Amino acid sequence: MIAYRNKQLSKSLVWITAAVLLVLLCGATTATKVGAVAPDFTRADLAGRQVRLADYRGKLVLLNFWATWCAPCRKEMPLFSKWQHDYGAQGLQIVGVSMDDDVTSVKQVLAQRPVRYPIVMGDAKLGERFGGVFGLPLSFLIDAQGRIVARYQGESDLARMEAKLKELLPRKRQ
Amino acid sequence: MTQPAITLQPCKLFSASVAVWILMVAMNPALAETKPVASVPPADLIQPADLAASLKNSSVPKPLILQVGFRMMYDQSHIPGSDYAGPANTPAGLQVLSDRVAALPKETAIVIYCGCCPWSSCPNIAAAYDTLHELGFTKVKVLYIADNFGTDWVDKAYPVAKDK
Repeated sequence: MIAYRNKQLSKSLVWITAAVLLVLLCGATTATKVGAVAPDFTRADLAGRQVRLADYRGKLVLLNFWATWCAPCRKEMPLFSKWQHDYGAQGLQIVGVSMDDDVTSVKQVLAQRPVRYPIVMGDAKLGERFGGVFGLPLSFLIDAQGRIVARYQGESDLARMEAKLKELLPRKRQ
Repeated sequence: MTQPAITLQPCKLFSASVAVWILMVAMNPALAETKPVASVPPADLIQPADLAASLKNSSVPKPLILQVGFRMMYDQSHIPGSDYAGPANTPAGLQVLSDRVAALPKETAIVIYCGCCPWSSCPNIAAAYDTLHELGFTKVKVLYIADNFGTDWVDKAYPVAKDK
């Protein structure tokens, strides 16, 4: 009788474990879909200041994955820098995540073409938390509540991206 | 007498600027112009659907598949059985590629791929393709990834591996 109960118990445990794993797996794959809460992270920027994504709650965040070797990324960045200048007072915060393998080339590029927003170094782990960064550029628009409202993969229509961004700014121009 | 000095100075300044620019570009591969992928002959391109089908088919001999892009991309996801041999946009990365194929017969079937960026902007493919040809390899194919590895391979549910 005890042996039977133990067998039943271990069977239940296997099913519960499988269910938990399934839920975790589903959670992991849907974590970066539009409508989901963006995964939080803390990284030091190139000046050594801590940048925590959740600290920007209340702002509209444009999270931009880029790299120095990505020509379309380098084309976007001066415009993003302008947007930070133009819309920063209305609650826009751009955060750049460099997917370069080393920081040296990032510093060189930014020394020549500085931007008005923080840049942190990414890695495979951070990429995976955002559903995988399997190509660049890749950007997410994250609303004031921390939810992903848009995902832009590859060369994007920047005029459309700006229109969407203006529509979602937490504060409107006076 | 002061006239030559006035005209000479901008010339010197211009020459110095050009020299500094060349030096900056040489030191920073990110700013250097990369060879366009258009230089790869269309006959040497292979479509993702065709490669994925050939990987499934056990009766077809498998080519050596090399990812010649960036390590971070490879670490996140790559074609099962492929090796990392890059990045081909740097001399060091091309050396890794050369070392990887050094002991292979020149008629080895090789498929190279990247997928870091849209096809026309890829900084790695043309350099890797040229290097393999210069080394004498005669059966080199390039996986045509139009947008990026995510859109053209992962999202199409073709096989992927993470750890190797």
